[in-house]
Amino acid sequence: MALTLMKGSEAIAEAAIRAGARFFFGYPITPQTEIPEYMSARMPEVGGCFLQAESEVAAINMVYGAASTGARVITSSSSPGVSLKQEGISYCAGAQLPCVILNVMRGGPGLGSIQASQGDYSQATKGGGNGDYHLLTYAPASIQEAIDIFSFAFDKAEQYRVPVLFLADGIMAQMMEPVEMPEMVEYKVDPEKKPWACTGFKPGDDPKKRAVINSLYINTEELTVHNNELQAIYREIEKNEVMFETYKTEDADIVITAFGTVARIAKSAINDLRAQGLKVGLFRPITVWPFPYAQLLDAAKGAKAILDVEANEGQMKLDVQLALGDKVPVHYFGHCGSQMPTTDEIKEAILKIKEGM
Amino acid sequence: MSVVFEKTPYLTDKQFHYCPGCNHGIIHRLVAECLEESGMGGNIVGVAPVGCSVFAYDYFNVDMVEAAHGRAPAVATGIKRAKPDSLVFTYQGDGDLASIGTAEIVHAAHRGEKICTIFVNNAIYGMTGGQMAPTSLVGQKTTTSPKGRDEAWCGAPIKMSEMLAQVPGSYYIERCAVNNNANIIKTKKAIKKAMQYQMEGKGFCMIEVLSTCPTNWGLSPVEALKWLEENMIPYYPLGVYKDKEAK
Repeated sequence: MALTLMKGSEAIAEAAIRAGARFFFGYPITPQTEIPEYMSARMPEVGGCFLQAESEVAAINMVYGAASTGARVITSSSSPGVSLKQEGISYCAGAQLPCVILNVMRGGPGLGSIQASQGDYSQATKGGGNGDYHLLTYAPASIQEAIDIFSFAFDKAEQYRVPVLFLADGIMAQMMEPVEMPEMVEYKVDPEKKPWACTGFKPGDDPKKRAVINSLYINTEELTVHNNELQAIYREIEKNEVMFETYKTEDADIVITAFGTVARIAKSAINDLRAQGLKVGLFRPITVWPFPYAQLLDAAKGAKAILDVEANEGQMKLDVQLALGDKVPVHYFGHCGSQMPTTDEIKEAILKIKEGM
Repeated sequence: MSVVFEKTPYLTDKQFHYCPGCNHGIIHRLVAECLEESGMGGNIVGVAPVGCSVFAYDYFNVDMVEAAHGRAPAVATGIKRAKPDSLVFTYQGDGDLASIGTAEIVHAAHRGEKICTIFVNNAIYGMTGGQMAPTSLVGQKTTTSPKGRDEAWCGAPIKMSEMLAQVPGSYYIERCAVNNNANIIKTKKAIKKAMQYQMEGKGFCMIEVLSTCPTNWGLSPVEALKWLEENMIPYYPLGVYKDKEAK
């Protein structure tokens, strides 16, 4: 296995290209600017297109346009920029356009900070734009995991005709790790496989083959049919696409719930606590939508308490409570000012719960 | 009996929803005829806006993409970059293009995006029921300027063709009208030229078409044409504002 030491943002960009992405539209914003920078040099090498948009609003609409042709297309941004993209993301969801969106989270609200945060969990998982829709949302905890997910992200987006969201953070984009890259995929639009795409129509052709990419259904009965179809797709995704990781939960008295970078910090705390003889484990959702409710309930069935750790004010805690009901008490520890919870802080929070047990 | 005139097959058979006397029908036909004459059939994508022409995807008999309000030039950019050999056009009104979508249209022109924009300017928001647009004339009464547009309060009407002609990246900008036969013929020629330039890979082209809105202007179709001649054309002079090919 050939490992290369790569910066997260560049590795993720390369992984997108290896997965067949040939169109990137974006706008500079810290801490993800290395992604457009990398794309600007790399896309021309693979016959792809990098275009710096005038705004995140324009970038996501360029994504909408390019995805309408069936191409594999990606955009990336960070929290304030992703907020600007929400209009376009809602349109992509409504028009059922497969595409991939990266959110390298930083602090908020407003301009917030440029350091890593997990403050966009609710926006990502509960719908950031208008209307009843969901994005298949992955929250990788390592650069390698992000690369691995990328190798099937476009396939999933195309299978279900939904936008896929990557919920990463500034730490993952800025750190370096040894990674293994998959082989290059050369993706070509097949009109048979994407009959909905703008692949060419002229008068005289079968009218059913005319592509109309649209999210407007002025007749409410038609909108209801359309939205019910979307909901049926979301139920399928919930059934088939849940991903999660458990770490030492089998005999755990206390289970930590955490996602992304914070879950890695929690693992260090767990290892230290285990060395002291404390039975602590980790449950980490990899898909944050769909959230692994049943899997968490199963993993936490022997636990006496849950500690939800996040780099936000506890946005995921609501999902954890939804999974567990009143079966297990759920505590929270975290910061919501772009400060990552430290190993020591997590250990302290666990010891405090232990004392009260 | 021989057929001497036929509707272009580049319009579907769907009945227009436009109000009586509205000029969208004429402009749709001109665009569709130019699409037919372009010879690009099978390789055309149109982008519909938000506004009165929101249902343009039901009328143009080519692959169509419906954009969010004002975003048509960005959507068209994505399409054109993905399918550089295709003919791509946007069809936008003045609320869409000259208000909420100013960033997208300016930067599509600035990049020299090889697309054609048909900009229908009727100096009002039609679909939402006659509100003031950036293009509404000074003194023009609308549902959000009930005493007439006050220049001191909300500025003078914006002139998009003049503005976009100043953008270095734009290639061909012309303002037309469809208020009489001579102008209709001129409008068609302009649209055709814009499509020709695009097929030659030349750059961003926009044809502004002054248009009536009898319903929201509170005038009969004939009175509306007269109002357009007497009020809009003097403020929005017809003509070529930029043609990089012109000697």
